[in-house]
Amino acid sequence: MENIKKPTYSEKELKTIARDLRMDILKATTKAGSGHLSSSFSSVEILTSLFFDGILRYKGDEPEWSDRDRFIMSKGHAAPLLYAVLAKAGYFSRDELWRLREAGSPVQGHPVLGNMPGVEATTGSLGQGISLGIGHVLGGRITKRKFSVYVLIGDGECQAGQIWESAMAAAHYKTDNLIAILDYNKFQEMGPVSREMALEPLVEKWKSFGWHTAEVDGHNILEITKTLKSLQTIKEKPSILIAHTIKGKGVSFVEKDYTWHGRAIKDPEQYKQAEKEILCS
Amino acid sequence: MQLGERAGLKQSIPMRDIFGESLLEVVRENPDVVVLDGDLGNSTKTELVRNEFPERSFNIGIAESNLVCIGAGMAGTGLIPWITSFSSFLLCNAYDQLRLAISISNLNAKILGSHGGITLGKDGPTQMGIEDLALVGGFPNVVILVPSDPASMRAAVKAATDYVGPVWLRSSRIAMPEIYPKDMEFTIGKAITTRDGDDLTIIGNGMMVTAGLDAAAALEEDGINARVIDLHTLRPMDIDTIVKAAQETGAIVTAEEHLLHGGMGSNVARVIAEYEPVPMRFVGLADTYVESGDPEELLEKYHLTAKDIESKAREVFAAKRNQK
Repeated sequence: MENIKKPTYSEKELKTIARDLRMDILKATTKAGSGHLSSSFSSVEILTSLFFDGILRYKGDEPEWSDRDRFIMSKGHAAPLLYAVLAKAGYFSRDELWRLREAGSPVQGHPVLGNMPGVEATTGSLGQGISLGIGHVLGGRITKRKFSVYVLIGDGECQAGQIWESAMAAAHYKTDNLIAILDYNKFQEMGPVSREMALEPLVEKWKSFGWHTAEVDGHNILEITKTLKSLQTIKEKPSILIAHTIKGKGVSFVEKDYTWHGRAIKDPEQYKQAEKEILCS
Repeated sequence: MQLGERAGLKQSIPMRDIFGESLLEVVRENPDVVVLDGDLGNSTKTELVRNEFPERSFNIGIAESNLVCIGAGMAGTGLIPWITSFSSFLLCNAYDQLRLAISISNLNAKILGSHGGITLGKDGPTQMGIEDLALVGGFPNVVILVPSDPASMRAAVKAATDYVGPVWLRSSRIAMPEIYPKDMEFTIGKAITTRDGDDLTIIGNGMMVTAGLDAAAALEEDGINARVIDLHTLRPMDIDTIVKAAQETGAIVTAEEHLLHGGMGSNVARVIAEYEPVPMRFVGLADTYVESGDPEELLEKYHLTAKDIESKAREVFAAKRNQK
């Protein structure tokens, strides 16, 4: 397996990356006037770990590298975060972020395969990411390529039947190089998940489908990395990391307020406040 | 009278068997082709591939959403997936997945929608694909193929595999007689003028090409020379051949084993209305579901026979004359 040299970052540097990503998401969504700010914020540390703390093997300047590890953003509404991460990882210029949701721009409201380098799947209708990931795993077996597949799903997304179709199939095919990460921020568009359509007992559900499970504080980058590395060693079954997160993490008045689900911060005073909180974090 | 008898065509085996054999040939030739099944391999005949290439065959089970997306993921590793099931199950269970993972993603994936039309017969309306082409029509970039005979099915499976991009191919349970020689030329997007004539044109796809040839043979006895066009590709549509037929024959009948609403005929009418308005008539399924029954019986009952084409042809020919 080709060894990819990536810079290693200290905990402080990783936190700075997470802070930069939140600022980029804030700026891009405010400029666009819409976009899923709070769903992006809850996954920032997860993607920081994946892309910048030695989990994913990728080449920003060679997005089609066939041995690359795959990252599939199944919760496609977190597109602002995905774009910010891919820009930081060297797939394209950060300037593209300021064209989010503009007509004629490749930076679409939800990720579209082929529009931006590094985007592995068209997502936005929920529930499809793990199935796509299984396809990559099975394709990798036939083409004899060694790579891993990471899929980020949302908690509300687990209400979709296809999630459980794919959970069954991943266990059937023993896709031990597929790791799902569940951003368990406890809210969906219309309210708390537990009130709208309860998921619990969630860990038991995944276990009963034949998955190895682990739980982590989804805002502790080093813990996420450590746990993901332990999941890489699990053989003969797929793994899921259930990451307990805070929806809107990083901006106090957005945190845990589900009415921010699909909104951007448009009020200049609120923007200043959000910027201040992110930069001081 | 049997389909194709009047036109003097040789009978053959069911199209699904031809599809299975053709797919096996393609899998033998191209190591990148993989086949995904929604637990219907003995109905769609992909089992022929599974028997010989188990390592490149995947039964995803009765879960079409998962089936389509796993196929899409495999395309993401450079393989060419053939995603197969009944058209009704693929389109009705996995339309969203076909839309995002295949169409919007513009993937190099091939989809077999088998059991198109009403001629699967006895299994009834839940299994019939009477709206399949209209639904696939909702994917702007997906090529739509409806072969009409064994040779064109073989050629279509090969052409679909060689084409880079998403392709939908309709297969059927019934047998269609041999229209073309084995070495026939099949080009995606290029309709075939199967029979020449200058009094009117019958445009068909699938089994209705043969029904059109039967109708043309009957019309000939009355001195009416019908052109028969096999519009095997619904998208991209061969506008040139259709417009030329309208200019040269001045009257058109379309014939399809599909709902008239959103099917081939309505798409041909769109072209005719814009480029060369001439009288048209339509043979197809009116706004109704079709019950279980013998295929022949159903075709008769729902007016999808050579006779129905013939009477519409006489009607449109008279309309053309009255215009003059």
